[in-house]
Amino acid sequence: MSTLAADAEQSLASVVVVDYGLGNLRSVTRGLERAGADVEITDDPDAFADADGVVLPGVGAFREGVENADPIREDLLAVAERGQPLFGICLGMQMLLTASEEGTTDGESAVEGLDLIPGTNVRFDDGQKVPHMGWNELSVERDHPLVEGVDGEYAYFVHSYYAVPDDEASTVANTDYEREFPSIVANEAGNVFGTQFHPEKSGETGLQILRNFVELCADR
Amino acid sequence: MALTKRIIPCIDVDLDDDGNPAVYTGVHFEDLQYTGDPVEMAKAYNESGADEFVFLDITASAEGRETMLDVVKQVADEVFIPLTVGGGIRTTEDIKETLRAGADKVSITTGALERPELINEGARAFGNQCIVISVDAKRRFDEGGEHYVEVDGESCWFECTKKGGREGTGIDVIEWAKEAESRGAGELFVNSIDKDGTKDGYDLPLTEAVCEAVDTPVIASSGCGGPEDMYDVFTEAGADAGLAASIFHFDEHSIAETKEYLDDHDVPVRY
Repeated sequence: MSTLAADAEQSLASVVVVDYGLGNLRSVTRGLERAGADVEITDDPDAFADADGVVLPGVGAFREGVENADPIREDLLAVAERGQPLFGICLGMQMLLTASEEGTTDGESAVEGLDLIPGTNVRFDDGQKVPHMGWNELSVERDHPLVEGVDGEYAYFVHSYYAVPDDEASTVANTDYEREFPSIVANEAGNVFGTQFHPEKSGETGLQILRNFVELCADR
Repeated sequence: MALTKRIIPCIDVDLDDDGNPAVYTGVHFEDLQYTGDPVEMAKAYNESGADEFVFLDITASAEGRETMLDVVKQVADEVFIPLTVGGGIRTTEDIKETLRAGADKVSITTGALERPELINEGARAFGNQCIVISVDAKRRFDEGGEHYVEVDGESCWFECTKKGGREGTGIDVIEWAKEAESRGAGELFVNSIDKDGTKDGYDLPLTEAVCEAVDTPVIASSGCGGPEDMYDVFTEAGADAGLAASIFHFDEHSIAETKEYLDDHDVPVRY
């Protein structure tokens, strides 16, 4: 239950950043605040329902992410079901899909993602430098409120796996790292979406995406 | 387009006589000169198009560490690009508190040489992507190495050093780079004691040898005198990122100018 000191910015929408014990939430919180959101960091499902939008952040491994988020799994699915904006970032985006090679090749049983955007996260080919780390270009493939004004701009990536949605129409933007891969995905209804890159680390382009997200939350 | 080459300004932070954080710039890791306020410099670099920042705590004191974490917090709240913080990190607790302050990655030098398991522990707890292993390499023209390259017509190996090059370890940089990668390092940060502060170009044979030995991204450091040197280290040595301090701090070359030069010469940059 904390918000970092918001400066003079007026709050346009209330956003919950889901704290399920993974990653550093400070930058994403500060970025959302800069974009005009009133941010609450919490794992309390009651707060999800009251918020204008929910952010699922995350750094680390798919299995650990899914297992850590297991107690709030049904609550996250309810957010999507109610039509609230649900924004997955990096591992948080990968968790919106159904499965990951990362969760099946470590010798343990497979774990299932949220399956809100059906598909699988797969690993970059052997022989490529992994992780894909650094700034790469966004090529917007279709309309979505999240990508207003960011086509052709650069974002900051750090990842070894990438999303392959079952339905090609789930891809909102692609990025080229020796092969083209989906860097922004969304569900058919448009309220569940995610970025493989870190908007909170992607300078002005990232802030633009966060502003687009906050506006989308405010418009509901 | 594809993944761009990163231009990274590096800021060495020490305490001034009043105990306030201050940026210093040196030559051969010595002769430090006051350069400015770290938070203000970070903001200015962000606006000029830096792709990332590296902050090094050169105080090597508990008091300096506290101040440094405070600087990291202030910068992380203002600037939305990746931040790497190094200096005096020896335990997973040090890594944790640095990340918690807002760093995205930690850079570890001596702490990993003295206890290599720190790399495994850090990678397991926080992910490979945030563990940067930094080496301070020194050219050696004797028989003590394992991997030799030709430098100025002579057979040369590179030794990992400690204490800014004043203390040798006998460890071959190439062997260490491979070991660090296998233990879970997500990035390698390659400094050259021979080139530090000289502005006559990166140590290309060193950088190239490391890039060939590992698949992990490599940040070249030490010796950058201008955009041409960045071009060489990207195209000849294969570095993923070029780090520089003094040329940017003293406004000899701006980041924008450096990127424009690289773009003109077909090196992919964000700009």
